[in-house]
Amino acid sequence: MKILVAIKLVAALDEDFEIREDGCDADPDYLDYQLNEWDDYSWEVALQLAEKFPDKIEAIPVTVGPERAEAGLRKCLAKGGERGIRVWDESLEGSDPMVIGHLLAAVAKREQATMVLAGTLASDHAYAQTGMCAAAELGWAHIAVVSRLDLDPEASEANVRRELEGGIEEELAIQLPAVMTIQLGINEPRYASLRGIKQAKAKPLETLTPSELGLSPQEVGEAGSLSQVRRMYIPEKGQAELIEGTPAEQATRLAEIIKELRGDA
Amino acid sequence: MAEILVIASHRSGELNPGTLEVITAATELKQATGNKISVVIIADKPDQYVKALSVGGVDEIIKVSVPQAEFQPDYYESVVLAVADERKPQLILAPHGVDAWSFMPVVAAKRRYGCATDVFEIRYEDGKPVAVRAAYAEKMHMELDFPHKETVVLTIRGNTYKPSETSATPAISEFQAPAVEPRTRHIGFHAPDTSGDVDIAQAEYILSIGRGIAEEDNVEQFNELADQMGFTLGCSRPIADNGWLPKSRQVGQSGKTVSNCKLYLAMGISGSVQHMAGMKHVQTIVAVNTDAEASIFNIARYGIVADLFDIAEELKQHFQ
Repeated sequence: MKILVAIKLVAALDEDFEIREDGCDADPDYLDYQLNEWDDYSWEVALQLAEKFPDKIEAIPVTVGPERAEAGLRKCLAKGGERGIRVWDESLEGSDPMVIGHLLAAVAKREQATMVLAGTLASDHAYAQTGMCAAAELGWAHIAVVSRLDLDPEASEANVRRELEGGIEEELAIQLPAVMTIQLGINEPRYASLRGIKQAKAKPLETLTPSELGLSPQEVGEAGSLSQVRRMYIPEKGQAELIEGTPAEQATRLAEIIKELRGDA
Repeated sequence: MAEILVIASHRSGELNPGTLEVITAATELKQATGNKISVVIIADKPDQYVKALSVGGVDEIIKVSVPQAEFQPDYYESVVLAVADERKPQLILAPHGVDAWSFMPVVAAKRRYGCATDVFEIRYEDGKPVAVRAAYAEKMHMELDFPHKETVVLTIRGNTYKPSETSATPAISEFQAPAVEPRTRHIGFHAPDTSGDVDIAQAEYILSIGRGIAEEDNVEQFNELADQMGFTLGCSRPIADNGWLPKSRQVGQSGKTVSNCKLYLAMGISGSVQHMAGMKHVQTIVAVNTDAEASIFNIARYGIVADLFDIAEELKQHFQ
């Protein structure tokens, strides 16, 4: 069986950034890209399963994004796996999680995958939608915020836990095929070895376009999205009163604040 | 008259208080637009929640019986879609939380409704909803609209609206749940083992550590410092995930809310939304961080831009 793992390069803002001329996003010159933290965990889930059942499970990272997104695939492949898939063409500019989920679903069908894993959310915009939109398109069983996953590739269902509020977990059985979103802390993601990083450069990446996956122009970009960003702005924020000075002076003031508040001055 | 559907959330027989906050959000919209508010309660025994849901501007409570007491995505989706097909609501609202994450985007995707998650402001412009949410790890806000969408699905961030308290006398109706075969099966709940450990939710003075402490070996010195100061040691998610402190010490959305805390000293915590959800209400927050841009400084009363080890070392001298 194949497990597709959705991965995303997330954009972080530089300290001093500017807003794009149309007012709808940050100026791309001020963005730094890195692999979404959650995706390290979902890729590790898939790798561990593929290692446990080497003849039965293949783990494949998939991303939607321009050429720079290949860095995310290579980062995953440096830890394991044999190939990656990237979906892109310019019609995908302005796409929301619905479109990304739809594309993931189309890749899952093409690969005849049995499971799709995605991060619970991504650290940039925290939509927490993409995996579940893929589930809706596929019509598969689904659950979000998975904190433990036990799978026997011969079985018709998997045993999982999902994280609730206050540290409580729900244990449940989920039918396969399924889409799950993975929570931080489900495992300890490995580091890539230098050898792995070198090998990853030679692993094949397949590039697909939305039309090759059967999506029409109405199903991509803004037309296929469920929302449209009409403005982004820097919110007014509170700012702490800064305690200045040397560490000794700062600590003295902090101790005063604590003792005053507690009435043990 | 257009309708707003609120999907109630509950667990183990308790209504999620976020539901009452969402009712407040809906009530504000009702005042602006004249929309009707209908709350959908999906449970094995929906009657038990009717009284608690009869609040604010609620006009109708739609009871839907399903075979399972606990949340199950296939039941929730099929019910919400069936109600929405019949009522054609303008908005479908639910509290932003782990249950909503498993079904609200699916509802939106199946009908290609408009959709936005983690929303903290909703308003109408020219008769159309506009939603505001965070972008780029809270550094910016984004305003979303929903061109050509007759129905919009929104999940509402917790602690944004006050829970609705005024009582109401809504009409009560029943709705027949569509027959579906659920594809997940509830087995049980697992609570973290907190036996023998302090209850951080009850602590008044908390010293909380985050990624900034860098290594497991450094935990002990903060444990000692907390003891010396008479504080309880807490932490943010990465520390608990690494197993450096028990899960019961974790403050935040997936950990504890520190409801009794009077002073929260955050050391080496940059302040993710999830962490702040558990402590931003504390009146006196002091943050120590090397990064002057860390979001924790936006909610802290006092800020110290410095190395946390230097501050810890100096602070010790004051609590001998």
